[in-house]
Amino acid sequence: MKKTPSRRAAAADRRFRALLSSLRGQKGALIPLLQGAQEIYGYLPVGAMRRIARALRLSPSEVFGVATFYGQFRLKPVGRNIVTVCHGTACHVAGAERISEALGRALGVSPGETTGDGAFTLREAACLGCCSLSPVVMVNATVHGKLTAASVPGILKRYR
Amino acid sequence: MKTGRRRFTVTIGLGSCGVAAGAEGVAEAFRAEARGRGLAVAVKGTGCIGICHREVLAEVSAEGGRPVLYGDLTPARVRRIAEEHLAGGVPVGEWLLAGEGEDISSLPYFAKQRRIVLGKCGLIDPEEIGDYIGRGGYAALSSVLDGASPDDVIRAVTESGLRGRGGAGFPTGRKWRIARDAPGGEKYLICNADEGDPGAFMDRSVLESDPHAVLEGMAIAGYAVGASRGIIYVRAEYPLAVKRLGIAVRQAAARRLLGRRIMGGRFDFSVSIMHGAGAFVCGEETALIKSIQGERGMPRLRPPFPPSRGLWGRPTCINNVETLASVPWIVSRGAAAYASIGTPGSRGTKVFALAGKIARGGLVEVPMGTTLGEIIFDIGGGSATGLPVKAAQIGGPSGGCLPAALFDTPVDYESLQKSGAIMGSGGLIVLDDSSCMVDIARYFLAFTQAESCGKCTFCRIGTKRMLEILERITAGKGRMEDLDLLEELAGKIKIASLCGLGQTAPNPVLTTLRFFRGEYEAHIRDRRCPARKCKALFAYSISPGACVGCGACVRVCPTKAITGEPKKPHRLDPLQCTRCGLCVEACRFGAITAG
Ligand SMILES: Cc1cc2nc3c(=O)[nH]c(=O)nc-3n(C[C@H](O)[C@H](O)[C@H](O)COP(=O)(O)O)c2cc1C
Ligand code: SF4
Ligand code: FES
Repeated sequence: MKKTPSRRAAAADRRFRALLSSLRGQKGALIPLLQGAQEIYGYLPVGAMRRIARALRLSPSEVFGVATFYGQFRLKPVGRNIVTVCHGTACHVAGAERISEALGRALGVSPGETTGDGAFTLREAACLGCCSLSPVVMVNATVHGKLTAASVPGILKRYR
Repeated sequence: MKTGRRRFTVTIGLGSCGVAAGAEGVAEAFRAEARGRGLAVAVKGTGCIGICHREVLAEVSAEGGRPVLYGDLTPARVRRIAEEHLAGGVPVGEWLLAGEGEDISSLPYFAKQRRIVLGKCGLIDPEEIGDYIGRGGYAALSSVLDGASPDDVIRAVTESGLRGRGGAGFPTGRKWRIARDAPGGEKYLICNADEGDPGAFMDRSVLESDPHAVLEGMAIAGYAVGASRGIIYVRAEYPLAVKRLGIAVRQAAARRLLGRRIMGGRFDFSVSIMHGAGAFVCGEETALIKSIQGERGMPRLRPPFPPSRGLWGRPTCINNVETLASVPWIVSRGAAAYASIGTPGSRGTKVFALAGKIARGGLVEVPMGTTLGEIIFDIGGGSATGLPVKAAQIGGPSGGCLPAALFDTPVDYESLQKSGAIMGSGGLIVLDDSSCMVDIARYFLAFTQAESCGKCTFCRIGTKRMLEILERITAGKGRMEDLDLLEELAGKIKIASLCGLGQTAPNPVLTTLRFFRGEYEAHIRDRRCPARKCKALFAYSISPGACVGCGACVRVCPTKAITGEPKKPHRLDPLQCTRCGLCVEACRFGAITAG
């Protein structure tokens, strides 16, 4: 049977409920719960944060406060591909700025935004740990290194 | 099958650098070639070999023969190696880093290194506990549980002179003593693997390449301080390290090297993994504890220090990855052996992540007291670009930029502190004449400003004001009074900030002001960026003598600033130009220059 969107949403909700009950009431569970919810939904829907608050007997504002403190959490849905430009020190001195500009031009969005067709979300990170390949861009989990601004469009094409 | 053909083992470096450079494709190519040619080749993985600038790396050894090391591999090159070396028996010279009988450790890159923490990195398969044990792993833990008292262990670590590698350099033995003596039943041991310093990847490589060394160090530390629970707080941006740690914890538990009644004795020690959530300040120990407790990671006033009052109010010993990974060696070889390396105030070795404009970048480990120049020139081979090396940035956002004239500074805690930089966690970025020191200062301040937790006014607002001034200077709108203002603000932020983030945030600005004041003045007085980095302060032009009129630049220019007829020198309109630099990249004749 093909997975319809509503079926997929139901499956995600089931996974989320299982996650909640596995950590309900445990001390220190807030961040692992938020990380788990983001893995399931791709971002943190407000409803999920409310349910996490109830399960841990916290106020929604406490949960929201933690979610907005940490750079990992996203409050908006993301595109099908996540493009992360490294702005660590090695990449900075190797010209990360130019790579970022080239990506911005190619995608028509600023860091943190998603393209209109939902294909790409552009992000920035501080050091992806492959400094000897700088400048570096990661698309989903694949690292592309030793880039030039001119090589950017070709890389994006592979994910369109 | 032909007789007389030898069996080969191919060991491929599968650290993050290697994987990013395409190591998995190379491994697959070796397997496919072996299958296709009916050769007996075992393809294995290992961690970071350390020569990151030549990834993908593979060691090829024939049964009964000595290994050779290849670098710069691609799947296409594997085909030739398979044909000439695996099938034909003759190594391919072109990509050879070390030939048969050549000792890898005698390469210039390794000659001045002393690998203790990295001792097994690149030699063992990090996903195979048997490899670690086969090279003497867990023998230190075994000897400790076999008859040493916690006090014996603490004494040995104290005598070794080991100081914390997380940045502050606190004596490890003393920290363990405080945690051991703290009253309270349950205690915790935390391994700080948050490594948020941009441009540093020491801890990541150790976790990826030799995770059991960290686990063994944790178990020994847990035994010494009386903790039965260990937690590794690891940066979530390190998926490979997280994965390998998970495998290592499971394998160690299966062999009763972790868990209840370790090795059948009376010591219990379990390890869990917590994923950091992307906040630099959570590397600070009290913020890290808050984060584990599920709160916003905001540092608190110390004392009480975590060894007396930490996670859930219990005594908690927090140590860095590299600190813990040094412990098994110290226990096995003895405190005196460790203390004989390094300088009187800084014993042992330090791992550096060498990157930037350096010819041979990678992960290096040197005895304390080695000079910056030895690391940058003898090990790193100097500049990668042909432009002279101008400075080294050491210690990341808390550290400073030291000019080439100070490269005889030895790396030890005291000398670096005196120079205005700090040891930091081990990031070492080499800068050449194309790097603008004002821009570097601005870069780091933008980082710390964004990562400030916001608790202290001076850290929250002071860094913002400093950043605005630096942005003004790099935009060509600076005033000479700005330099005094920067120094005044820097002094206030240093004394009025609660944690190390704020206290050290001004360092990159202060050191560049001290050693490269002329560059600041050029930006302000002459409206000129000597490195041609700050876009508002230079312009591109095409030199008619060099331009052949090929039109490559016209095709890439996003603002149509370049015009000209084919085969005639082109012209660049400075008003339309946004200085994106694409044309410079595209021109094969070096005709476009910044001035
Ligand atoms: C802003 C800030 C970030 C830090 N980040 C780290 C880090 O990523 N890793 C680390 O081991 N220590 C970090 N530290 C130092 C820790 O607070 C702590 O001193 C260290 O983990 C203790 O371990 P050690 O004694 O083995 O060095 C940081 C400190 C500050 C102020
Ligand atoms: S110094 Fe900065 S990061 Fe540290 S506690 Fe104060 S505001 Fe937070
Ligand atoms: S600075 Fe970009 S990978 Fe380290």
